[in-house]
Formats: sequence, C-alpha cells, structure tokens
Amino acid sequence: MPIEILMPALSPTMEEGNLAKWIVKEGDSVTSGDVICEIETDKATMEVEAVDEGVIGKILIAEGMEGVKVNTVIAVLLEEGETVDDIGTTPAAPAPAPSSEAPVAEIVTETTSAPEAVIVSDPDIPEGTAMIETTVREALRDAMAEEMRADDNVFIMGEEVAEYQGAYKITQGMLQEFGARRVIDTPITEHGFAGIGVGAAMTGLKPIVEFMTFNFAMQAIDHLINSAAKTLYMSGGQMGAPIVFRGANGAAARVGAQHSQCFAAWYSHVPGLKVVMPYNASDAKGLLKSAIRDPNPIIFLENEMLYGQSFDVPDLEDHTIPIGIARIHRSGKDATIVSFSIGMTYAIEAAEALAEQGIDCEIIDVRTIRPMDIDAIITSVKKTGRLVTVEEGYPQSSVGDFISNTVMRLAFDYLDAPVHTITGKDVPMPYAANLEKLALPNVEEVIDAVKAVCYRS
Amino acid sequence: MAARPKQVSSKTRAAQKTPKPSKLSKEEELKAYCDMLLIRRFEEKAGQLYGMGFIGGFCHLYIGQEAVVTGMQMSIGEGDQVITGYRDHGHMLACGMEPGGVMAELTGRSNGYSHGKGGSMHMFSKEKNFFGGHGIVGGQASLGTGLAFANNYRDNDRVSLTYFGDGASNQGQVYECFNMAKLWKLPVIYIIENNRYAMGTAVARASAFTDFSQRGASFAIPGIKVDGMDVRAVKAAGDQAVKWCRAGNGPYILEMETYRYRGHSMSDPAKYRSKDEVQKMRAEQDPIEQVKQRIIAEKLASEDELKAMDKKIRTIIGNAAEYAQAGPVPDASELYTDILLDA
Repeated sequence: MPIEILMPALSPTMEEGNLAKWIVKEGDSVTSGDVICEIETDKATMEVEAVDEGVIGKILIAEGMEGVKVNTVIAVLLEEGETVDDIGTTPAAPAPAPSSEAPVAEIVTETTSAPEAVIVSDPDIPEGTAMIETTVREALRDAMAEEMRADDNVFIMGEEVAEYQGAYKITQGMLQEFGARRVIDTPITEHGFAGIGVGAAMTGLKPIVEFMTFNFAMQAIDHLINSAAKTLYMSGGQMGAPIVFRGANGAAARVGAQHSQCFAAWYSHVPGLKVVMPYNASDAKGLLKSAIRDPNPIIFLENEMLYGQSFDVPDLEDHTIPIGIARIHRSGKDATIVSFSIGMTYAIEAAEALAEQGIDCEIIDVRTIRPMDIDAIITSVKKTGRLVTVEEGYPQSSVGDFISNTVMRLAFDYLDAPVHTITGKDVPMPYAANLEKLALPNVEEVIDAVKAVCYRS
Repeated sequence: MAARPKQVSSKTRAAQKTPKPSKLSKEEELKAYCDMLLIRRFEEKAGQLYGMGFIGGFCHLYIGQEAVVTGMQMSIGEGDQVITGYRDHGHMLACGMEPGGVMAELTGRSNGYSHGKGGSMHMFSKEKNFFGGHGIVGGQASLGTGLAFANNYRDNDRVSLTYFGDGASNQGQVYECFNMAKLWKLPVIYIIENNRYAMGTAVARASAFTDFSQRGASFAIPGIKVDGMDVRAVKAAGDQAVKWCRAGNGPYILEMETYRYRGHSMSDPAKYRSKDEVQKMRAEQDPIEQVKQRIIAEKLASEDELKAMDKKIRTIIGNAAEYAQAGPVPDASELYTDILLDA
C-alpha cells in the first residue's frame, strides 16, 4: 500500500506550517534520510527527510501552500511494484487544494487570530488611528528595535538572540540592523549574564536581558531580586538598575513540568520590581517600549502560545502604553472577570458563551501585575458586584488571591458573592496531553465560576 | 580532521609572572601608611561601637587585609570602578568615601551613605565609583563583570576591580563570568582576597584546588599569586593587571594571600584556628607595621611625624564615630522611599 507522507509537527506548539519548497518531484526515488521538502513554521524553516524508501507517487500539497495543518497528507510514496493508480485508496487530504494566485489555506485565520470580542476603545490610542495586523512576536521585536534606534544605551543580550535570530524568533533581524555590539549572544549561563546585565545597568546602560523562557531565569533569580530589585533602596536612591528581563513565561505545549510554569505571582511579591504581562500585540509593543524607558527593573512576562497570534496594533510613530494601567477589554454589567496574558483567552471565550446565556461580563486585562491597577478592578466590582479571576499559575498565593483579598478589603460591601479564583491546578505540569489539559484552567471552569458568583446554574 | 584546541597564547603565559614589589616613593609610602591606618582605626572603632550596641546585624571587619585595597587603589585612576562583597568598609574608605558617612550607615542613621537603609554590607557611592557592598556571596562577581561590560560597550578605557574571597571563588557564577569576560575581552580584574577562611572553613577543607590564581586557567585568563600583606607587592601586581586590561586583553586574576585578624563577623569566636596562628601573622606580616618599619628605616618620617599622623587619624575616626552616633535615625517616611524611581 502506498505510504502517506504527513505534515510533521516541528515544535511543541506547532499546529500548522507552510510548505515552503519541494526538493523532490513526482517520480523521484527517495531513500530514508533524503530531504524531500522544506517546512516553514513561525519559528524556523526546517528540512523534512523521508522516513521510508520508494518513489514519490503524488505531491498533494503544492509548494507555497500556507497554513497546512499537522498530519495533513502532503505526498504519497509508492513502494516497489506500486503505481500511481494504487493511490486511489488514499483518503482525501484535509487541506484545501492550492489556488494558483494566493496559496493561503482557510485555516490560517481560524487558528492564529484572537477571538473577536467587544473591544472597548483604549484611551491611550487616539481616535481614528489606523491599525496594522501584527503578531505579538513582531510587536515585541518592533518595540525593541524602535527603542534601540532611539537610544544607544539600549542593548539586548541572551541565548540565541543574535545569529540564530532568537529561539522564538523574537529578535529576528536585529543583529543585522544593530550589529554584534548591541545584539549579544550569551553562553548558556543565566546566573552570570543576568548579573552582568544588572552590573551594566548600575552604570546607566539599559539592558534587555532575554531569558529563552522564564523557567531558566530560576538560575538567575538571585540577581533579579537581590541585585536588581533592591539596589535602589540599599543605596539610598543613589543607583538602581534600569533593566528589562523578558522572555516566554508559563506553559507552552507538552513540554512538561520543568518548562511549564507561570512566574507572575513569584515576581509580583517583590518590592522594587515592576511585573508586566501583556495579552495582545498592541499592549506587548506599547508596554515593552515603556518598560525599556522605565528607570526601574522590569520583569516582562510573555507567553509562547501568544507569540504567533495577530492583533491590531496602532500605526503610531511612538506607541507606548503606561505601565500599571489596566485595560477594559469588554464592558459588561453582570460580573467582572480579571485576567492577564494567556488567561485572557479563557476569559474572552467564556464571556462570549455567557453572553449567549444572558450574562454580560466585563473583562479587565490588568496588563501589569505590579503595580496593579486596583482602582480599575474596584470600579468594575462596584458596578457588577461579582468577580472571577483567571490565570494559569498555581493556586496558592496566586495573583487572584491578592486581587481577591484586596477587593475584600476595599469593596466588601459591594460584593454580592465570594470572589472565585480560577488558576492552574496544584500539580507540576504533566506531559500527557490529556493530563496537561486537565492541569490548565479551561473555559468551562471560567463559565461555571461566573455562573456561581451570579448564583445561576 | 578536528581542529586542535586553541592553546594558551605565549602572551598570556608571559602575563602569569608575579612582578617584583614596587619601589614606592616617599609620598606613596606615607600615603599607604595613612590609608591603611585609617582603615585599621575605623574597623577598631566599628568593633567597639558594635560592642556598645550602636551597630547591629552583621559587621565584618577588614583588619589585617588593609594592604590589598590600599595597594590596588594606587594602581587605578579616575573613573575605574570598585565592587566587593560584604567585608566592604576598607574598600569604601580606600575609594575616598567619607568615614563619617560610612560609620553613620553602620549605626543606621539618616546621615549614612544609604540613609540608614543599607547597613554594613550594602553601601554605594556613585560619586566615588563604588558599586557596593553586596551581601550574597559571589553576586558581585557577575555585577563587577557587568561594570566591565559597560566599559567595553562605551569603549571608555576604564577597568572594573571586582573583589571577592576564597569562599566566593567556589560559586558557579564566578566561572560563568570568567567565561564571558574572556570571551568578550572585558576589562575586569578579579581580585581574590584569600584570607584562608570562608567564614569558619579553612581553604583546604572547601577547595579541591587551592591555587586561586589559576582558577581562570580553563578560560585562559592569566592569574598570579600576590603577597597581599605587602602593599608594594599589591601595587606592582595591580599595575600589571591594569595595564593588561587597558590594553584590551580582557580579564586578569590576582590572588591576594592575606589574613583577617578578627573573626568572620562580630559574632564569630574564630575557634577554627589557633591564637598562635593569628599572633604569628600579626607579629611577622602586619601590612601596616611593614610600611612603618620601612618609613623609620629609610627615615621617610620621624617618630614624631608618625605620631602626629596617628593622632590625626584617631581624630578623624573619633569625629566619624561622633557623627555616626549623633545623626538622626531615618524618618519613618523613609521606609517607602527609594523603592522605585518615577518613570
């Protein structure tokens, strides 16, 4: 029977990719290990090798096709004695046939765009500003590049940020524009280079230190806390550390316990730090620019699952978002959902489902965990009387616990129900796909929590 | 064929030679004497104030090690940076920070360098290029490398003097920084003050290889052993290291063989070593006594002149102690200042 060659998954979070190039053509003989095609993901372009021996019977996905889902049959391999006629039994490829003009598969928009929501206009963005669809990944890069053009004191260092163009492609093109003096590949020594960054910042330079993921910043946490956060205080205001520590935070997909952890609550505990955690591309860009200009140490927590998502980013020459100000993502009157970063994806979906059931949710994206815009939360709770928080981090001493306690103190009389905090489960992240799904929060939990605080079943 | 590993260059090998002690001029000898005596008297006074309850917490005295910072300071110039660990009083005084301001920080008063919010282990002076004063063993190795990174980035010819002890020398981040400093040719001098004990643990009990000058060997960083009790030897080694760094060769390691007379901190009875050992060092190698003997032998100053210097230093320290005890405690409002700067 002919062998189906499937679109491979080339990274933990890859769901689809582009068929950049066919190296073989129909009729070519291949043996295992031969490169047959190139697949482009949002992180890299990778060569795909044949696993089996045979003749390429039929190419089903044309070169240039974008958004090809993992496990789509991209070609069929004929074994000895088989002919193209034997392919008849092959099930039809799930991907659509390529059109000659723009080979874009329809699934692209489904999986890479954020869910629609009743977006409240952001007061930080002037009325009538044109919008450009941008991924979070590009927005972060644009923010850094703009600030580096404006200030020679700004530089970026980290693992694979230069020659490799970023492990998650965040720093793509930056080495080419700014050179090796300002885009610096480090050895895999987080403790050391975090300290070097802080030392450089103490002299007035403005380093951006990229951690490939914040899991690895555990190696360096002494410098983030003891050196960066405390120096201004310990020096009586003489010197501080204007530095940004940024990188992917939280769970990616199927990378297990040591690579899947949210550090929002950890860093939010520490005076002397600001902790920023954007959800959409506009905030990612505007907040990162503000973070780079800020004279204080900033922990800038990104999320790998959001890197590839596209959002509208205002086409402004200098788009900044103030640190410490929440954004009302969706206005509503029945219940308040407070979230941030990837937690917003659950909040938004839940609010849409609840709207259909007649519950009108207000969603607040706090954007900054420390200092937190408590006023925005209190104002909303005074209106709705009900509060649910959503985050992926562990439950004990969570960001939601802090919000819940603060609301209890400041708006107790306005609460019509106990606050519910939706978090990840109290377990290390499991590897198995089904268990991983169980360990993370989900939309149903948010829906149930909102119903509970509304006393609806 | 695989490429052969890069060999240590002949230049680096040549830099591995400990120079002869510098010949100091009359002015240098007298200055070294005064600078070291200032540190000694300051620390004695700090110990006294600690005993009286004016100073709290941890207080690590530098007595015995004075020649190290004094000699190194003679080798550097305007704009060069200094950073060290928690045994930092001597470094601050050597950098030219005011004894009164340092002592007032020890007593936790608002006229201290950090307004009473840093304490013995956490003091800084932007004006004097002193970058602390760090309480986490080894943390300053990375930060000091960062100072050198900034010099390199600014292409400004300055050198970072990064001090740490034999104890910190076993911390992992030290080697991470050795690697990056050499990789990026950063102008940093790692000054390892080997005072033989990491708190209560003798060097041989904690270090598999006790020649700290060669701790950079894996990174082809040249290093030498220096008699850290002889200010002339320190000065000569400092000159050699500074020259190496300013020439763009990258980092350099100086192992200062020195000795602390007092315990690790004020609360350490130092039972891990004999009284005889301490007494022998004091009697035979005291850094201040060495200079004093030369001054007298070479008639650089008379006994009376030396006495006048001693008296002047005692007055300075007396005034510093008074300043430190008379200063007001920080206002309660200071609790919430200097946490974040306005953006």
